[in-house]
Amino acid sequence: MYGKGMRPLAIGTFFVLTGAFALVFFWVPADADQGFIQKIFYLHVPMAIVALGGFIAGGVMAICHLRTGNSKWDLRSYVSIHMALVLAVGALITGSIWARAAWGHWWVWDEPTLVSFLIVFLLYATYQPLRFAIEDPEKQARYASVFAITAGAFVPLNFLAVRMAQSLAHPRVLGATGGSMPSEMRITFYVSLIGMALLFITLWKYEMASKHTTAQLRNLRRRLLGDDSVAPTGRSAAPSTVLPARPKP
Amino acid sequence: MPALPLDEAGKYVAAAYLVFLALILIYVAIMAVKLGRIEKELVELNELADRAEESK
Repeated sequence: MYGKGMRPLAIGTFFVLTGAFALVFFWVPADADQGFIQKIFYLHVPMAIVALGGFIAGGVMAICHLRTGNSKWDLRSYVSIHMALVLAVGALITGSIWARAAWGHWWVWDEPTLVSFLIVFLLYATYQPLRFAIEDPEKQARYASVFAITAGAFVPLNFLAVRMAQSLAHPRVLGATGGSMPSEMRITFYVSLIGMALLFITLWKYEMASKHTTAQLRNLRRRLLGDDSVAPTGRSAAPSTVLPARPKP
Repeated sequence: MPALPLDEAGKYVAAAYLVFLALILIYVAIMAVKLGRIEKELVELNELADRAEESK
């Protein structure tokens, strides 16, 4: 089900990302102000944008879960937030490296862009413990969906608040004036962004396929050996992926 | 701050791209372990199905 189209998607992702990095190092001119260090921009910014997009996507999927009551939407939301957290860690680390090289500090506490992203990251870092704290799968899915929707709505509000705040050191990318990037930089940035979005989708599908296959195997074991053969999963932060049992032929 | 000399800037850029690569590789390694478990269970279930067919 989720494995469908995985191979072309994975190959496409690999080529787009490789192409993006080739453009970064062999085509795009060095930044007049920062020089070579600005190459981190093509990695750091797409990671941050896709991570925030993943959080919002998790919120949208959580809305679908509450509307339909179908647990597959809860699983999709969970995996989306899980993947976005991985990219957010990457954005924080690469941003910190860039800050050290450009400003001489690993972190600047009075910079709204940095602190707001950290707040969003820490907010979502409580998502997994929240799920783990609730044992009943139905209740867990419902509470997690409410959390995902609330936090997902907070992300664009947070983004707007940062745009309205006065920047101290962190630049505004693609601002109201359309940004001031030369066309080579802009093209490279968009290719990197598309590559990062494709990577997110590929890993999301990969994770979904893994969870779905695991659930199918549990179902198969139950059909072959009966209910007693399947060990209870116990408390888990991950949504229960129990498929409806098929009637025996 | 003035632009860093190329060799020093190169170290920071390499570190950032290696962090990205490491994140992806760690993720792929975790998925490989998961797929290994799935494959192991699939083999086990196939054996069970074969035995069930033989006993019929």
